[in-house]
Amino acid sequence: MYDTSHHRQETAVTDVKIKAKDVQVYYGDNHAIKDVSVEIENNTVTAFIGPSGCGKSTFLRCLNRMNDTIDICRVEGDILIDGNDIYDKRVDPVQLRAKVGMVFQKPNPFPKSIYDNIAYGPRIHGMARNKAELDEIVERALRRGAIWDEVKDRLNAPGTGLSGGQQQRLCIARAVATEPEVLLMDEPCSALDPIATAQVEELIDELRQNYAVVIVTHSMQQAARVSQKTAFFHLGNLVEYDDTSKIFTNPEDSRTESYITGRIG
Amino acid sequence: MPLLWLFLLVLAIALAAFVLARSRVLAMSGQDRRTLHSLPNYYGSNAAMKSAIPALLVLVVWLIAQPFYVNSVVSDAIPDSAIADTSSRSLLLAEVRRAADGIDLAVSAGAMTEAEARDPDADVETMTATLTEAGAIVTSQITQSVLSAAQQFRVLNDTGYRIMTIAVLLIAAAGAFWGIKETRPDFRARNVVEQGIRVLLIAAASIAILTTLGIVLSLVFNTVEFFRLYPASDFFFGTNWAPSFSGRGGASDLGILPLLWGTFYISIVALVVAVPVGLFSAIYLSEYASPKVRAFAKPMLEVLAGIPTIVYGLFALLTVGPLLVSVFGDEGLGWMQAGTAVMTAGLVMGIMLIPFVSSLSDDIINAVPQAMRDGSYGLGATQSETIRQVVLPAALPGIVGAILLAASRAIGETMIVVLGAGAAARLSLNPFDAMTTVTAKIVSQLTGDSDFASPEALVAFALGMTLFVITLGLNVFALYIVRKYREQYE
Repeated sequence: MYDTSHHRQETAVTDVKIKAKDVQVYYGDNHAIKDVSVEIENNTVTAFIGPSGCGKSTFLRCLNRMNDTIDICRVEGDILIDGNDIYDKRVDPVQLRAKVGMVFQKPNPFPKSIYDNIAYGPRIHGMARNKAELDEIVERALRRGAIWDEVKDRLNAPGTGLSGGQQQRLCIARAVATEPEVLLMDEPCSALDPIATAQVEELIDELRQNYAVVIVTHSMQQAARVSQKTAFFHLGNLVEYDDTSKIFTNPEDSRTESYITGRIG
Repeated sequence: MPLLWLFLLVLAIALAAFVLARSRVLAMSGQDRRTLHSLPNYYGSNAAMKSAIPALLVLVVWLIAQPFYVNSVVSDAIPDSAIADTSSRSLLLAEVRRAADGIDLAVSAGAMTEAEARDPDADVETMTATLTEAGAIVTSQITQSVLSAAQQFRVLNDTGYRIMTIAVLLIAAAGAFWGIKETRPDFRARNVVEQGIRVLLIAAASIAILTTLGIVLSLVFNTVEFFRLYPASDFFFGTNWAPSFSGRGGASDLGILPLLWGTFYISIVALVVAVPVGLFSAIYLSEYASPKVRAFAKPMLEVLAGIPTIVYGLFALLTVGPLLVSVFGDEGLGWMQAGTAVMTAGLVMGIMLIPFVSSLSDDIINAVPQAMRDGSYGLGATQSETIRQVVLPAALPGIVGAILLAASRAIGETMIVVLGAGAAARLSLNPFDAMTTVTAKIVSQLTGDSDFASPEALVAFALGMTLFVITLGLNVFALYIVRKYREQYE
């Protein structure tokens, strides 16, 4: 689908969206993330790869403060979005999450109609003044989620009745509907078949024009296909962070090379 | 032979069959146990099962059937002329049974010999005197026909039990022999024992179902009997409940509407109390409470469910009633005459139902996948928005089911009503009036000295049947709702 040779390397013209510096995460006594510093660029797909339990999902969940919902979790260090510290006391995590959308590993549509699933975020944040505006937002989100044509005739059908791939695109459309600036994806294709995966990957590449996309994946082929930048995590450390093409062809660190060639992980 | 001995003897035969079959198959297998189809214990169990189960079944059936047979034979032997001075054949039969018991007692006390007891020419006068001396409860002078019937009763029973003992023992022995005989290494004892266990499970399940069926049938027959004596339209549409007892003159008014109204009014008050409190406490426990608080508070709440309803009734009578009177009574607002009222019973019943609603709802809310909450938080929703718009809608079918179960519990509640709501059947809108419910009236119709053939007593069955149909409908509806929406988020 998208092999590395097709990547348009636009890193030169992109600006830094998220800047993390010396981030530490503790689950109780467990030091899960150690000294991670990374700069995530706008209009770029950044992939986090690494073996299970290496902390890539944990780090992802720091970026929209989803870890706040876990009592024993403690985050130290600075994470700045557009230069503003998101762990500042004045920042409301609820507002932050509207700005930093998230898509989860398993499709999790609400047990509501397709329309209500998409309209959920806009309604909460008062983004529409009337029904017509809401309709417009829902249609735009579904179009951006590349699922409009499949569901436009059954917007009142329950979202849980869709196939797995459609459900995941619905969840992406749902996240897009709140007009976030960053989209976090936690292994969005791990519960999908190859065809649905291809559709979602295509969608991710389109979404990059409007958002900074961060994707956690177990599939190195997927990271190579969809991302422009790749970060390799190992045992809570960020081992290497560079252009995807460089990571997969000429990694600097021996651990990265071992992982992508399948010797560790 | 006493029944216990017979039972133990059958078990002993079964145990012997177990040991014999086990050792037989072990002997047949030689040294190599792997040639056996099943473990040795299975062969033993098979033999024991075949000896004990048919024998015990025959025993049970015989014990149930014999009294019917003996009664009918004895009853046929009593001439119609003997019944003339007593009111009915069944009363006379009861006297025959009492006389037979008396003779048994006298024989065991040594006041007469077995031969004397069986003597067909025994003098009625001396017999009565002997029985009274031996301490048997003989109410009046025994008549000749009762005495001979009692003697026949004893002989029949005696013979019956003797035949039964022999039959049961023979069957146990034959079963044991059969079980041992078919014990060969290639016999599939394991499968047969599995079959036996399946039958046991089926039997247990059918006992529950058959009992339900029996209860329903007894309700139905008595209800039909009631409607033969009292017009159904008056029962279902009558607005007055005024039974008149023991022929003080005047017909009874047995309209169910005041009772149904009282039942629903009290249940609604109870649900108005229980549903919000129970639901909110369930939401707090499952979504907001820390694990420590939850581990402490949930069992505390469930303790409420363990309090006997009579204690709630006392609470209503002694605490809530007087409290309400002091606020709404003559010295306060003047709406309430006495402590017993719909409000009193409803409030207390509501408290009783809180753990029902909260415990069930809590389980249901916990069953909503965490992914739903994450999805909502990830879109920038607050906790209460998430609960209101995602968690509760997903849990709603289950919560509705919980509420309907609580409702059927409220409708069937008796003790709180008896003590808290008074006994006056009336159609009133004032929640501070005394009212009563269907269940409380069933109790008052059947307690005391009432004639079971009168409509005043039989109405209890019609009331019970109506209540049964209503709660059954509610339960079926609750299950339907729960099932229909259960897998929505999976």
